[in-house]
This record gives sequence, C-alpha cells and structure tokens, in this order.
Amino acid sequence: MRKALLAACLGLTAWLLPQAAEAQTPKRGGHLTYMIAADGGPSLDGHRETTYAVLHATAPFYSVLIRVNPENPSSTTDFTCDLCTEMPKPSADELTWVFKIRQGVKFHDGEPLSAKDVLASWQKIVSPPAGVASARHASFGMVESVTSPDDETIVFKLKFKTMSFLPSLADPWNFIYSKKRLEQDMHWYEKNILGSGPFKLDTFTIGQSVKGVRNPDYYWPGQPYLDGFTAIFAPKQSVRVEAIRADRAAMEFRSMPPAAVEQLNKELGDKVVTQSSDWNCGNVLTPNHKVKPFDDVRVRKALFLAIDQWKGAQALSKIAVVKTVGSIVFPGSPLAATKEELEQLAGYWPDIEKSRAEARRLLKEAGQENLTFDLLNRNVDQPYLIVGTWILDEWSKIGVKATQKVVPTGPWLDAMRSGNFTVALEANCQNIVNPIADVNRWMPYNVNQENFAGFLDPTMIEIYSKLVPETDMTKARVLMRQLEKRINDEAHQLMVTFWYRQVPMRSYVKGWKISPSHYLNQDLANIWLDK
Amino acid sequence: MSTTVPTMGLPAAVDASLALRPTVWMRCLRFVRREPLGTFGLALVIVMAVTGSMAELIAPYNPTANDFSAMTEAPSWAHLLGTDQFGRDLLSRLIYGARTAMIVGLSSALVGGVIGLVLGVGSAYFGGLIDLVMQRIFDIVMAFPLIILALAVVSIFGTGVQNVIIAITIPLIPRCARVVRSSALAIREIPYVDAARACGFSHSRIILRHMVPNVMAPFLIMITASVGQAVLAEASLSYLGLGVQEPVPAWGLMLQGGAEEYASTAPWIAIFPGLAIMLSVLGVNLFGDAMRDTLDPKMRNR
Repeated sequence: MRKALLAACLGLTAWLLPQAAEAQTPKRGGHLTYMIAADGGPSLDGHRETTYAVLHATAPFYSVLIRVNPENPSSTTDFTCDLCTEMPKPSADELTWVFKIRQGVKFHDGEPLSAKDVLASWQKIVSPPAGVASARHASFGMVESVTSPDDETIVFKLKFKTMSFLPSLADPWNFIYSKKRLEQDMHWYEKNILGSGPFKLDTFTIGQSVKGVRNPDYYWPGQPYLDGFTAIFAPKQSVRVEAIRADRAAMEFRSMPPAAVEQLNKELGDKVVTQSSDWNCGNVLTPNHKVKPFDDVRVRKALFLAIDQWKGAQALSKIAVVKTVGSIVFPGSPLAATKEELEQLAGYWPDIEKSRAEARRLLKEAGQENLTFDLLNRNVDQPYLIVGTWILDEWSKIGVKATQKVVPTGPWLDAMRSGNFTVALEANCQNIVNPIADVNRWMPYNVNQENFAGFLDPTMIEIYSKLVPETDMTKARVLMRQLEKRINDEAHQLMVTFWYRQVPMRSYVKGWKISPSHYLNQDLANIWLDK
Repeated sequence: MSTTVPTMGLPAAVDASLALRPTVWMRCLRFVRREPLGTFGLALVIVMAVTGSMAELIAPYNPTANDFSAMTEAPSWAHLLGTDQFGRDLLSRLIYGARTAMIVGLSSALVGGVIGLVLGVGSAYFGGLIDLVMQRIFDIVMAFPLIILALAVVSIFGTGVQNVIIAITIPLIPRCARVVRSSALAIREIPYVDAARACGFSHSRIILRHMVPNVMAPFLIMITASVGQAVLAEASLSYLGLGVQEPVPAWGLMLQGGAEEYASTAPWIAIFPGLAIMLSVLGVNLFGDAMRDTLDPKMRNR
C-alpha cells in the first residue's frame, strides 16, 4: 500500500514538474494591448521629451546602449548591454569607458546600425546643437567627450569620476537614432519613428493609438515574444479600468489608484495580478520666477507653507497614486532627508497652524493678501487633478484664491516650456534611483533646460558641482542637505508627495517586472502572453 | 357735478370686455390649471434658481472645503447626500452647482437668444443678399451638433466659466435666429411695417420697435428650450473635463472622476448630480413646452 502511494506521489510529481517548467517558459506569439494614461505627448523624440506618454508609445521601437537588467529592474547597479557587446571596465582612473557595439544590427528601414549612429545619438543627447532640446543634457555634465574611433567602438571620456555616470547612461530615454536621419534634420525624430528595437512601427495615430509589429531582425535571440502590440491613449481612468475589466486591454504600465486596483481585484479575482512598488516620482509645484508676484521669495514660500503634506499624503493615498512625503531625494535612499530633517523645511513643518500663520504673515508683508492666479495642471486624473484640487483647498486656508487651468499633456508642456504660466503642477519622475543624477532636475535653467521655474542660482550650481564628483556617501549626504536647504530657502520649487505604483494586469501577461520607475523596462521585448 | 369718462366711441360690449381683462394673477392661475406639467417644471426651475442664488444661506458646508475625516461617507444626518472622495459635502456642492448651471444656462440662452433675435429679425427684414449670406452662415454653424461646436470653441478659448458660456452661446445663436426669422418673415409682409417705412422710420426703429415685439412669443419659447440645452451642454463639457474645473462646484464635473471611480463603492457621488441635471433639464423643458402651448394661438384653443 505504502509503495503504491509512494509511486502515485512520484508519478504526480513527475507529471507536475514539466507542467510547472512549461508554465514559466515564454510562449511566442500573441498581441498585447495596453493603455497609456495620457492623451499623447508634444513630440515623438525621446531625447527631447520627459513624459511617459511619449516613452510608453515609443520605447518598443528603439535600442539603447546599456539598460538596467530587465529581469532585475529595481536594481540601482545591475546594468546590462543592449547594443554593446559586454559591459566594459573603466580605465584605471575611471575616466574612460570604451563600449564595443554589436555588429549586424539593422534599423527598421534595413540600414545597418554602427557606432557612428550611436555616436550621433549621444552627441545629440550630451551636447545638442543650438535650437535642439535635450531633456537629459544636464545629466551628462561629467562627460568631456564622446568619440567613435571605428564602426564598432564608442568611447566616453569623463571630466571626473562619479557614481552617476552609468545610471545616467542606462536612462531608457537615450534612444539610438540613425545618423543619416539626424544629419538630414535634427528635428526629424520629433515627428517620425525609426529605431532598431524589438518592434517595428505599424501605425501611429497621434493621441489615439500606436501599433507595433515584431522586428524579425531583432538582435536578442528569440525576442520579442509578442507578434505585436497596440497602445491606446486614454487619459480618463474609468476608460482604462473598463478596458482592463472587459479584457479589451491587458494593462497599463503606469499605475492605478487603490480604488481601481481594489475594484479590478474584486471583480476579476485571479484573472488579474497586481505588482506594486515605491515610485521615484512625485508632483512638483513650480512657480514661474519670471512672473510677478512669484519673483518674490516670500510669496513662493507662503504657497509652500500653506500645504499640510503630512496629513495630505496620508489621506490622498486612499484615493490617489500618492503615498510618501519627501523632498528632492527618493525617500528610503541613503541620501534622502530623515523625517526630522524634512520637518525643518518650509512646506514640511509638523505644526501646520504655525506654518499657515507664517504664510499669511509673508503674504501680508509682500502685499499679496488677496493673491489670485491660475494653477496650470495636466489633464491626467492620477494624481495631477487630485493633487491640484487638494492644493487649491490648502491655499484657500491662507486666503489665496487659485483656480485650475487644466490642459492636455502637449499644451501643458508647451506652456511650461514657453514660460506661459504663473504656477504649474508638474512632476519629477526619474528612472533608476540615483539621487546624485536625479537632483539635476532641480538645477536652474542654465544647467537644466527642463527646469521651467525660470530662476538662476549660482549657489545651487556651486553645491551641485561639488556633489556630482563626490564618491564618499557621508560627504555626499551633507552636500545633498545643503542643496535641499538652498532650494527650500529660496522656495524655488516644492516636491509634493512621492507617488506609489500599483499596476494591475491580466494574469496572462508574463515576463514584465515592476520597478520604482514607469520609464524602465518598457521595450516589451521580454513580455509574453500565457494564453 | 358728474364726470363722464370718454369711451372713444367704443361699443358698450367691448368696453365691458376690457373691464374684465384678466389680471396677472388670473393668468397665472389659468396657467397652473391648464398646464400642470408646465407648473411642475416651473416649480423645479424656481427651486433651482432660489437654491442657486441663495447658496451661501442654504448650503450647510463650504462646497470646496476638503474634509479628510469624512471621505466617501454615505448619506447621514451630518451629510444628507453623503460626501465625495475629498470629503466635500455633496448637498452643498449640488446647491452651489445649481448656481453654476443657472449662470451658464441663463447667460448662454439669453445672450445667444438676444443675438439670434436681432440677427433673425434683421435677416428677415432686409432680405435679399443679406438674408442669403446670413442663412448660409447659420447653415454652416448648424451643421455641427451643439456639443461638437461647443467642444471646438472651448478648445480654442480654453476652459473656465466664461469660456463655457461663450462656447455654448455661439451654437445657440443660429438656432434662435432661424426660428425668429420665420416669424419675422410673416410680420414683414403686414401693412404696418410698410406704413412705418412710408413714415420714414429708420431700419433700427422698425426692427426694434415694430418687428421684435411681435416675435416675442417664439423668442421666449426658444429661450426656455435653450436654457435646458445650455445646462445639459455645460454638464457635458464639464464631464469631459473641458468645462469648469475643480474645485468649482458644477454638476457635470461632479459626475466626472470620483463618480466614475467610486460608482460601485460610493454610488451617491454619481446619483445625486445625475438627478440634479435630469430634474433641472426636465423642469426647463416642461416649462418651455407649457409656454409654447400658452403663447401659441394655434395651441391656445385646444
């Protein structure tokens, strides 16, 4: 009897093991439909843009030089090659990095990709010509030169060694473009898509959808697993939730608020799985320093002091994709401020009544007791409209009457880029958690073109220039606090709660792993469908 | 000494009938008796107007104040219609929302109606090329559904109460002008208009003093119909995120966002604004229908 039972157990195990193994083996084929929680971006150029509305629609078409390991996307140090052949060791002084480029890679138009294309792309990112915007230009202050001695090699020479070089290099926005196209027109990629990534463009209808089909010449063996994908733009959350519920779409890669996640889990049961992560992303209040009365530090500081971040973050986390109070550094990072340190800064005081009394005093002193203005906001529910509505109520408590001017993503970015706003609610979203690289986002506009507050601050630049090459964590932490205090003392901008990522998706979607950034791991090459 | 009132030679029967002309109250009573549905509609409109105009006195809470201790609370004695996701009292937001609906609805209908009245009568009076050109312009504008045209206008001018009023007013103009013109065409042929011309009166005097008063019946009917359309258009634009913006209390806006997201867990967030929109539009339309029945001589003797 025992022998029979044992034999039965062994037989069952022998039958189950291959089943389990088979379940984890990627299946080829199928078409992934996902939602993009926006109405499209201003252009298609990843070097220029900063919104997921562009990245989630274009990343599957492009290759990059290196990337964070797609199997370990939450890592801050695990970088792997995409177009390079192997991750290089730097020179002894850690100032020279030599990358060998894969051979046989083709752009989707059939043209071969060489190190010259990689060079042209990196030159556009690191040192864009006049009239060409590069959103990540400021991240590469450490780069002295990028050169390509031959068709297989690309060399980065640094001015100083820094911890932020590799994370910046692995930024998923650093698409490799065709040198030929860039030479014809440096703005060509703003309206066109041509890469060497896992998918080839099928159709792109601005603000509606984008379709891609498998690139048969893709250089990673066996990938992509999908035959193709369709991404649908839908700024309204209810539309996206309904699409997933009805299985018209499998997921959205950004995030959904607790109520939507709960609803999908309740209604779909095991047909949906949810991945969660802290998010290297949050809202930022940006006053336009070039517009009166926001050129007055007292007015800016009063706006920040009126906001009860501690209570607000806790309450809003029930209805929005926000969670943690933090300043310029991702909370939890060794370089982030502690709660005690945060409570010293304007906008984070623990006693909100005292904070608001000070805000009223500052407004009175500045002669702005009846301040009224428009808050420029983005037509995206989560969490822009919710955070915006909450902030307006907080301001009303110090007598500020502000209204929201809500516009789609393109006009929202255009308004900020052209300085056509008074105060804007924008976002600070980074990719790989790397505080030293991340904080360049707060630098004045003569360092970072994508800082729309319109201020100049040599003191900030001085602190930052000491911080970037600093490799001692203790000293880097001290410098980070100095930078944080400077930004807060001058009330340049205010971080308003970090977000929290929850991605519910149909359980047949496999291979994708969440990370603290909705920019990472978006080329879809390793996604497969268990249908 | 006695005083004789001159009768201007009117027959005694006519004189007696003048003495029996119904007063305003009598007319109102007759309206209530003959048009119970219209009266119900009027009552709804009055309730909406009173609550909207006296919102500060009636609303129990500040409609824009967040209360994080009362998020998505079900209807209770503290919050008769419950609260939304920000903890804002729904009843207070509905009351203030009536003001937004009234401001947008009445402003759009009145401005659009008056401009339509002048253009419609003017077009009929001058006729010829002016009439032809104006009617083709109206044809073009009317080729677009009201909400589509309003969407286009909002996307040009931007969001906000003023822009929403402009967006809704523009499509209403040709609709009113077209109806008024048809009545004015008939009036233009009546001899007293020729007589006014013969007396050398100016065009503006003939239009404003002699023609406009005679097209008031269709004009008033159009105005009431337009109020309902405007309220609905405002709610639709706000629902689409293109009308007034948070935290301004507006019924369409209340249906957006929270109402969709919490439809299963806190249905009161969607139900009450929806009811408010339905009742207000129903009220205006019932009243408008009754007005038509009362003012239209063909319908009067049903």
